[in-house]
Amino acid sequence: MLAWLCGAGGDLDAVMGLLAMRQHGRVEFIEQQFLAVLDHPIESSGELRYDAPDHLEKRTLLPRPENLVLAGGVLTVERRGRKHAIDLHRYPQIQPFVESIRATLAGDRSALERIFHVEFAGSVERWTLILVPVDHQLARTVKQVQIDGSRDQLQRIEIRQADGDRSLMTLRAAAAP
Amino acid sequence: MKRRRASFAKLWLLCLALAAVIVARAHYITDLSAFLPASPSPTQQLLVDQLRDGPASRLILIAIEGGDAGARARVSAAMAARLRRDRQFSSLNNGEPVTAERDREFLFQHRYLLSDQVSAARFSEPGLHAAILDTIDELASPVGLMLKSLLPNDPTGEMLHIIDQLERTPSPTTSDGVWVSPDGTRALMVAQTAAGGSDTDAQERAIEAVRAAFADVREPAPATGAKPLQLKLSGPGVFAVGARAKIEHAAVRLSIASSILVVTLLFAVYRSLPALALGLAPVASGAVIGIAAVALGFGAVHGITLGFGITLIGESVDYSIYFFVQSRRLPPNEASASSWQRAWWPTIRLGMLTSVCGFASLLPSGFPGLAQLGLYSISGLIAAALVTRYVLPELLPSGFVIRDVTPVGLRVAGLLRRVRQLRGIHLAAFSVALAASALAVLRLHHDTLWNRELAALSPVSAEDRNADAKLRGDLGAADVRDLVIVSGPTLDSVLSGAERAAQTLGALVDAKVIGGFDSPANYLPSAATQQARRDSLPAPAPLLDNLQRATAGLGLSSGRLQPFLRDVEAASHAPPVTVQDLQGTSLRAGFDALILHERDRWHALLPLHAADSAQAVDTARVMAALQGAELEETRVLDLKQESDALYEGYLSEAIHLSLAGVLAILVLLMITLRSPLRVARVLAPLLLAVLTVAAGLSLCGVQLTILHLVGMLLIVAVGSNYALFFDRQASVHQAGGESLTLASLVIANASTVIGFGLLSFSQVPVLVALGTTVAPGAFLALLFGVLLAAPDVSNPGPPHSGASRA
Repeated sequence: MLAWLCGAGGDLDAVMGLLAMRQHGRVEFIEQQFLAVLDHPIESSGELRYDAPDHLEKRTLLPRPENLVLAGGVLTVERRGRKHAIDLHRYPQIQPFVESIRATLAGDRSALERIFHVEFAGSVERWTLILVPVDHQLARTVKQVQIDGSRDQLQRIEIRQADGDRSLMTLRAAAAP
Repeated sequence: MKRRRASFAKLWLLCLALAAVIVARAHYITDLSAFLPASPSPTQQLLVDQLRDGPASRLILIAIEGGDAGARARVSAAMAARLRRDRQFSSLNNGEPVTAERDREFLFQHRYLLSDQVSAARFSEPGLHAAILDTIDELASPVGLMLKSLLPNDPTGEMLHIIDQLERTPSPTTSDGVWVSPDGTRALMVAQTAAGGSDTDAQERAIEAVRAAFADVREPAPATGAKPLQLKLSGPGVFAVGARAKIEHAAVRLSIASSILVVTLLFAVYRSLPALALGLAPVASGAVIGIAAVALGFGAVHGITLGFGITLIGESVDYSIYFFVQSRRLPPNEASASSWQRAWWPTIRLGMLTSVCGFASLLPSGFPGLAQLGLYSISGLIAAALVTRYVLPELLPSGFVIRDVTPVGLRVAGLLRRVRQLRGIHLAAFSVALAASALAVLRLHHDTLWNRELAALSPVSAEDRNADAKLRGDLGAADVRDLVIVSGPTLDSVLSGAERAAQTLGALVDAKVIGGFDSPANYLPSAATQQARRDSLPAPAPLLDNLQRATAGLGLSSGRLQPFLRDVEAASHAPPVTVQDLQGTSLRAGFDALILHERDRWHALLPLHAADSAQAVDTARVMAALQGAELEETRVLDLKQESDALYEGYLSEAIHLSLAGVLAILVLLMITLRSPLRVARVLAPLLLAVLTVAAGLSLCGVQLTILHLVGMLLIVAVGSNYALFFDRQASVHQAGGESLTLASLVIANASTVIGFGLLSFSQVPVLVALGTTVAPGAFLALLFGVLLAAPDVSNPGPPHSGASRA
C-alpha cells in the first residue's frame, strides 16, 4: 500500500535500500560482446565480486584468465601476469561501464544519478533500470545501460554503445566455493 | 716620522682604491652552489649537475586555491594559454589536452619503430595469431573500447603497448578539463623553465611571469563569501629565489641592526665621532680587502661570502677597541701610540695569527663557500690588523682622547675579585668538572651529534618542504631517488646503452626487485634498434599471407585489415624517428627530462620505481645485476644517499681540517709563548668554551652542522685574543693595566655577542647556527679566560683600587 502510494520512486528506493544492505556479493557471469569488427561475438565467463562500498572485481576465467579490479578511482587490469592501472578520471569514457554496475550494487542512487538519467520500471520483485549518460561526451560512447534484477540480485546487464556494439552479461548466484 | 706617516696613509688609500676597483669588477654568484663540491667524482659531478641544472631543477609547481572549481579551472586554462606563449618556459602542463592529439599522432605514426615488441617473429603467422588474439581480448575489456577504432590499422596492439611503456607514473586527477588535487580543492600546473635551475635570476623572472599571469587573469572573488583565488608556487627554483631573498634580507637587516647596536655601543664608550669613524676603519678596510682577495683568488665571489664574511671579521672591530682603550692610559700623544705598539701590538698580532691559523683550515675545503670564507677572513683580518697597527696611530688627530673607561674595567674587576676568592683548587676542580660533564654530554649524544644530511644546510624551511611534498604528491610526481645512468660520447650511444640496460632491468622487474623503470629509449629508440625493427617488417606479400593464415577462425577477416597492411608497408620505408620528430609533443619534455648533455658527454637517466612503494629500491642488487651484464659506463645513483654521503664527506673533512687548525694554533703559541704552562692557560678557556657550547647545543636538541663547526673556529679565533691579553697582562705586570685590559675586552666581547646574538634570531638556518654558537661561545671564552687567568691579574695597581671603592 505504501509502495503503491509512493509510486515507482518508492520502488526504486526500496530496491536501492535492499542493494545497499548487502555488504558482499559473489555471482557468476557469462558475457557476450557483439562487436561490428568481429564476425562472431566474444564470449567469456567468470565471477563478479563486490565488497561495500566501492570494491568491484571481475574475474574472467574463460577463455583466458583476466582480472579487473575497481577500487577508488582506479581500474586495475591484470592479464598474463601484467598489471595496468587506469585512472578513471583520465579516461572518463570508461566510467559508465563500471559505475553503472558498481553504483547499482552499492544501492547508491545519488551516485547513479550523478552520471545517468535513471529510469525505473517494474516492481521490487522484478525490476529494470534504464541508465542513460547525462554527459553528452559520455553519451557518445555509451548509449544506455539496462540492468534487470529481482530484489537485491542483479540478473542481466546490457550495455549498448553508440556505435552499435553491445555487450550482454548474464548473472547467477555463484556455486558455493 | 712625518715621511713615514704620509707613506703609510697613502699606501693604505692606494690599496683600498685598488681593492675597490677589484670589488666593483668582481663577478658574483648567487646560486646555492657555494655548498656544492668543487672537484667531485664523476658520479658526484652528475649529481651536482642534476641539482644545479637538471630537468628537475627547472620545475615550477603551481597550485591555484580558493574560489570554486569552475573559477580555478578557468584561471588555470587562461594562465596556461599565456604562459605557453612565453619563451621562458620550455613546457607547461595543466592537464589540458593541448598536445594529446599530436602525442597520439606521433605515437601512432611511428608505432612500428617505437614498440619494443616489433620483431620478425611477431609478424610471422604464429606471432600475428597470438598478437591479434590478445588484441581481441583487449577489446573485450573496458581498456579496449578506446582502441576499437584503431583495430583495422593496428591489430597487433602496438599503440596500446607503447602507451603502456610510457605511462608508468600515474597522472594527476583531472576535473573540468584541468589537473586538480585528489581532493579537488586545488587546480595544478607544472611549468618547466628554459633556463637552468642554477640561473637564479632567470628563475626569478620566470616566477614573476607566473605571478603576473595569475594577477592578470584572476577573477574577482564572488560576493558570496567564497575565498578569493590564491596562487601557491613551489619547486627548486622557487626555493632558490626565496632562499636568496631570505638570506639577502636577513644579511641586510641583521647587518644594519648589528651595525647600529655596535656603533651605539662604541659611541657610548668613545663619546667621539672621529674615534668612532677611526674605530670602524680597520673592519671596513678588512671587508673590502677580503672581498677583493676572494675575487682575485677564486675568480668569482659567492653571495654567501659577501653576506657572512663581515661577521667573521667582526673580531677586527676589537682591534681598534683594544688600541683606543689601552693607549688611553698613556699621555695623549704619538708616544702613547708607539708605547701601545710596544706593549700590546705583539699580543694583538699573535691573536690575529691564531685566528688566521683557525680560518686557514677552511681554505682547503671542497666546499667553495667555506674556502672563500677562509680566504676572506684571513685577508680581512690581516688587513684590519695592519690598519690598526700602522694607519690608525697616524690618523689620530693630535690631542685625540676617548672617554676614560677605567671605571668599567674596575667595576668588572670588582665583580671578579669576589669570584676569584674561589681561587686555586676550587677553580681547577670547577673547570675539570665542567669539561668532564660537557664531554659526557657529547659522548651521550655521540650518534646524533652531527647532522649528516645535506638538507641540514638548506635555507628552505621544513614547512615549505612539506608544502612542496604535498604538491608533488598531488601531482603524482614523487621525488625520484634512484637512477641508472648510462653515459657515452653521443646521444645515440647512450640510447643504445639504455636499451641494453633495459634488458637487465626488465629481468629485475620480473624478479620483483624493482617495480619498473623509465627510459629515454622508450621515447626515441637508438638508430640501430629502429633499423632492426624496420628490417623485421615483412614485405606486403608475405605479410598478407601470414595474416590470412593467422586470422583464420578468429572472426576477424584479413579483408578488414587492409589499413594494417598499408601502414606496415609505409613503416618499412619510413625514415628513422629523430629528436626533431618529438618537437611539439608533450613527449619532448618527457624525453628531455631523461637526457643530460654537457660538453662532449651524454647521459641517459633511467629512474627506477620501487617494487613496493613503502620500501627503497635495493640498489646493491641492481648494481650487481648491471655489473653482471658487463654494461659499459652504466652506474646506479641513489640521489639521497649520494648527496648525504657528499655532505658527510665534507663534514668529516671540515672536522679534520679544524683539528689541524687547532694543532697549528698550538704550534704557533708554543713558538711564541715558549712555555707549555702559558700555552695551556691560553688554550684551556677556549677549549672549555667550545666544549660547553657544543654540549649546550646538544642538550637543546640541536644537531651540529658544518656551520656550527665554523662557529667553533670563530670562538677559538675571537677567544684567543682574550686569553692572550690575560697572558700578556700576567707576564708584563703592568701596574693598573688590568682594569683597562678588562674594559677593552668587555667592550669588544659585548660587540661580538651583540653581532652574533642577532644572527640567532634570523630565519636562515646557517645564520642561526653561527649565531647560537659564537654568541655564547665568545662570552664563555672571556669568562673562562678571566677565571683561569694567572693570579697576578686579580691585583690591580694601588692607584685604581681606591677609585673602585669610591
